Amino acid sequence: MADHTKVLNSYKKKLPPSILEEIKDLFPSAGTDKKLTTVLDSTVQSYEDAKINPGECVGLVSAESIGEPGTQMTLNTFHLAGVAEVQVTTGLPRIIELFDAQKTIKTPMMEIYLKSPHNKLENIGKFAARIKEKVFGELVQEFSLNIFEQTLTVNLSKELLDNFGLAVKELVKSLKTKAKGFNIEFEENKIIFSQKGKTEEIKDLYNLKEKIKAVKVGGIKGLKQVLPVKRGEEYIVLTAGTNLKDVLALDEVDTTKTVSNDLYETFAVLGIEATRQLIIDEVYKVIESQGLNVNIRHIMLVADIMCANGQVKGITRYGVVSEKASVLARASFETPIKHLINAALEGEIDNLSSVVENVMINQPVPLGTGLPGLVTKMK
Amino acid sequence: MADVFINSQYVGKVDNASTFTQDIRDLRRKGSLSGEVNVYFNETANDVFIWSDAGRARRPLIVSKEGKSLLTEKHLQQLDSNEITWADLVRQGIVEYIDAGEEENALVAYNVEDLTEEHTHLEIESFAISGITAALVPFGNYTPSSRLIIGSKNQKQSLGFYAANYHLRMDMDANILHYPHFPLVKTAIHDVTDYHEHPSGQNMIVAIMCYDGYNMEDGVILNKGSVQRGLARSTYFRPVSAEELRYSGGLIDEVSVPDKEVKGYRTEADYAFLEGDGIIYPEATVQEGNVVIGRTSPPRFLSSLDEYNLSAAIRRESSVSLKHGEKGVADFVAITENEEGNKLVQVRLRQERIPEIGDKFTSRHGQKGVTGILVPQSDVPFSISGVVPDLIFTPHGVSSRMTISHLIELVGGKVGALGGRFVDGTLFKSEAEEDLRQELTQLGFNEDGKEVFVDGRTGKQMLARIYVGNMYYLRLRHMVANKMQSRARGPIQLLTRQPTEGKAKEGGLRLGEMEKDTFIAHGASLLLKERFNADRAVIPVCEQSGLMGFYDARKAGRSVSPLFGDNSDMANVEMSYAFKLLLDEIRSLGVYTKLNLKNKY
Repeated sequence: MADHTKVLNSYKKKLPPSILEEIKDLFPSAGTDKKLTTVLDSTVQSYEDAKINPGECVGLVSAESIGEPGTQMTLNTFHLAGVAEVQVTTGLPRIIELFDAQKTIKTPMMEIYLKSPHNKLENIGKFAARIKEKVFGELVQEFSLNIFEQTLTVNLSKELLDNFGLAVKELVKSLKTKAKGFNIEFEENKIIFSQKGKTEEIKDLYNLKEKIKAVKVGGIKGLKQVLPVKRGEEYIVLTAGTNLKDVLALDEVDTTKTVSNDLYETFAVLGIEATRQLIIDEVYKVIESQGLNVNIRHIMLVADIMCANGQVKGITRYGVVSEKASVLARASFETPIKHLINAALEGEIDNLSSVVENVMINQPVPLGTGLPGLVTKMK
Repeated sequence: MADVFINSQYVGKVDNASTFTQDIRDLRRKGSLSGEVNVYFNETANDVFIWSDAGRARRPLIVSKEGKSLLTEKHLQQLDSNEITWADLVRQGIVEYIDAGEEENALVAYNVEDLTEEHTHLEIESFAISGITAALVPFGNYTPSSRLIIGSKNQKQSLGFYAANYHLRMDMDANILHYPHFPLVKTAIHDVTDYHEHPSGQNMIVAIMCYDGYNMEDGVILNKGSVQRGLARSTYFRPVSAEELRYSGGLIDEVSVPDKEVKGYRTEADYAFLEGDGIIYPEATVQEGNVVIGRTSPPRFLSSLDEYNLSAAIRRESSVSLKHGEKGVADFVAITENEEGNKLVQVRLRQERIPEIGDKFTSRHGQKGVTGILVPQSDVPFSISGVVPDLIFTPHGVSSRMTISHLIELVGGKVGALGGRFVDGTLFKSEAEEDLRQELTQLGFNEDGKEVFVDGRTGKQMLARIYVGNMYYLRLRHMVANKMQSRARGPIQLLTRQPTEGKAKEGGLRLGEMEKDTFIAHGASLLLKERFNADRAVIPVCEQSGLMGFYDARKAGRSVSPLFGDNSDMANVEMSYAFKLLLDEIRSLGVYTKLNLKNKY
């Protein structure tokens, strides 16, 4: 068995590690060094050919490549009748949401993957029920107001309590802060509130009833809806509403696969690289779902631009465009007068180094044929 | 208790809404109430609406009582003998006008035979439900309503014989079709409206087939031989007018051949067609630039100082000439006065319009198309009986639009042409397709209207048999001759120095933002620069202040800095004029735009 390490190492500067790794795995160990060199040389050739030429206008090509099929996108979400699903924004509205890097998105959503024993059919339901945000009102079977004794009796559903794994004792604890001025007694599946002073009106009890209905008693904050679905061999939980931080803290959760579709939440919890990947995945998902074909590199470029300085920036006049060096380029995008006046106040200098400015003054754009200059040696 | 509204104003309540509404209608029919009042009882909302205001579309219907029409044979006889008129019928409550609201309460029978006790009205004629223009489409009940609407809209744009006194009129953009025909397949509306006195199309022989793709995407193919024999030929009239305007100080325009001293005098050749009175002689063939009406205007801004100045007293040339791309023959000259009493000269230009590639044609079924090619008659496919189609229509236009009436008219026209009669295609009452087919066999043709065809180019018999017949085709007023335009160099806008826009101003076609992007995406930046050179300007810029300078005539045409005068180095900088304008505008905001110059090489 020949060792190819030496040959492979000599190509380290010419090829990226992932390609070298792949060749190392695929090349038969019986092969000679000479044959390996041939393979590597032609790989280098292909690699060089695939590189983009200097002066190639990648940004504009990306913009056109995303923009043109974008005009064909259907505007609204598709719904499947009768199928339980979490409603998700797709199509153009979602693309706009992502590229503008909007702070609040229409349908925040998570895909929660679980570690091995929990991602089975028999365990998934229980987990889903546990993480769902619950309010006290949901657990109640019946409220009864006793006018003579001035008490409010709450009958709880035993089935739901068991399902959610909640104890009456804990419930009372979380209700206490909201029910100041009332005595609380509890039995099994029953909580009784009574007025401390007899003078107060029945109205207060009614208000109390409305108040405690909305008290959050369990689950993870923000997860308004949960839906266990089968994804491949395993079961995962889809949620409407997100809380990436708290979900990742759970022991059952597979933290390597669980995602939220909220850019800013992902950024806060996982950082900029994860956000970049999320932008790519989400945009590509939309484009694929519309049956369009856009090379992923275009989307990667946009995501790179949006995340380039360590923060999420939308393609808006407040985001990426405000970072442009050229005054004229910024002014030509939106709100020209604002940009011109601010530039005047700061005494900005436009070096005319990019595309739009040069089109404006009718100079060759520093791209393609306009990029190279000739230098002559004078004798 | 139902709420009552008069012209959407609430007025009160009534106990029994249905008798109330019926009472109002009875009063109207008796003549106690105006015939323009309509009443509508909405049973679900329990509201009564009475309308008497303007702007409601209403249509007449015959009133029916107890399953019998109020219009009797007697009335018809009286109408025939002019004893009574339409107005009498309305007055007697036999015919009444119904608006959209009252229509909701009415049950209208299409035909007398259909009348039952329940019916409240009878349609005057069953095809009246479609309206006049839509009823002009033959076999209309065999086609989607959307196509009927398109078909009737297209007919409004067709060339025909719009007025018998057209030769005395000065209509803008008037067209007259040479040899218009009455349609072989007609509808009752054609008779009612005396269509034979103002027809607007021609009966053509139409084959439904493809021919090398020249009729794809709604194209039509014309037989060049037919066109040369005068098919669908038309004349286009356009008046040119000039008025002798009066100005303050008793000055007035003058229609005459301008003197050579006149400011703005053109070449002598341009005035060549003018007669002594300054107006073109009839039947003169004119080209673009030729003067049609010669006119001079008094000098502008004549102030008291200038009265002694000889050069300022010279009159200005203000003749009317043919614009870019225009040509024609001076057809008719009229000299008259307008409302203000000014002399008004009008010259009507005439132009013969022979069908050419790009002219628009349509059948009456919303099947419009643009001429794709004129095929020499020798190359046009023909039937083995020797019939050569005038027009070839594409079969692909039918499947998605489902214009079955188009196909039936073709057979109908064929029967009409061969049988020497007109075929009736009135909505709901047309001759049966079955009968037409039978008649076709009796005339010695295939029952399905198809015939064996021979390709004119190869002389070989075609594999498929071709559906061929006669159809009434219309030439539409959209002709390329009116729309075609091109430009290489030409006029520019004063403000931006960029090319003008639009055909009337001999403008260019804009290479816009997105088109610009494609140049950049291809890396063709130098080509892009050249393409945008239209408003190139070389502007002197002061190297010290960075401001744009100006030429100073007193200093031998040297350019001068606005800040440092001639103590400055001025550099000529090439930029687009639009950018110079932008700099000026930014400066007007009070912002100092300084150009930092650097040597390019």
